[in-house]
Amino acid sequence: MAEPTDMDALTPYARSLGIRLERREDDGTPVMRVEFDETVEGRPGHYHGGATGGLLETAGYALLRTELERRDRSALLKPINITVQYLAAGKSQATYAKARITKLGRRSANLTVDAWQDDPQRPIATAVMNVLMAEPQG
Amino acid sequence: MRNDSALLGSAMTGKTRKFDPAEATKFFTARGHSGWLGLTYSDHGDDWVELELPWREDLLGEEGQRVLASGPILSLMDMASGMAIWRTMDEFSAIATLDLRVDYVRPAREGASVFGRSQCYRLTRSAAFVRGLAHDGDAEDPVAHIQAVFMKIAPQGPVVPNG
Repeated sequence: MAEPTDMDALTPYARSLGIRLERREDDGTPVMRVEFDETVEGRPGHYHGGATGGLLETAGYALLRTELERRDRSALLKPINITVQYLAAGKSQATYAKARITKLGRRSANLTVDAWQDDPQRPIATAVMNVLMAEPQG
Repeated sequence: MRNDSALLGSAMTGKTRKFDPAEATKFFTARGHSGWLGLTYSDHGDDWVELELPWREDLLGEEGQRVLASGPILSLMDMASGMAIWRTMDEFSAIATLDLRVDYVRPAREGASVFGRSQCYRLTRSAAFVRGLAHDGDAEDPVAHIQAVFMKIAPQGPVVPNG
């Protein structure tokens, strides 16, 4: 069984931002992590909303790739849209994110993603995203 | 509730604006996430600001495709929206993104800068409403549309204990 590696799950953008795979849950769901440093800082001592959004999107893509691989499906993932809700300020510490697939169709997937710092039950941001799964180019 | 934006607008009629988006961009992009992205000032109006995100190889999305990731567009629009709000308020005050929606209508062209233009169309005592678009050279052919709401972090009024 091909277990996706840390790097397979990440885009060049995500690697550049410092996002990495923290762990996988028992069902294979990837938990992504980013450290607090200058590349994610907005207001001094706090996460930039864009960086938090990037982490949420990355967790969504990582889970979708994992699920497609498990089903032996290959597809080019293209963003359709994302709506991010910012619930609390991201403080100067590591942030985690993991996604849940709400619907996996043939052409598009709908995912919900949570980001948290201390307690997964108290997210600092959530997102809903739709992703297009296009035919791989030959 | 009074219309704060109307009050602000009339109070500023005929006065020189204090908040200069070009100068402010230099300050905000000197460090942090915006600095890492390399955002620069592009253009502005009374209630809108446009920033530029130069093309960068290490901001690509899906492996094997020469397409900018969606994350940097989200950051660009978040920043352009903040600047549009400060421009409209004509001052800098702490704000936080409450809700941000991005529709990615087409991929950005390889090698092209992406421009993020956001307009603050409504300002209240505690919230700011913005809408905008991202384009790669032609604003008539956007790559993304956005809508967002920001909250003022320290609104005028009673001070919250331990706030």
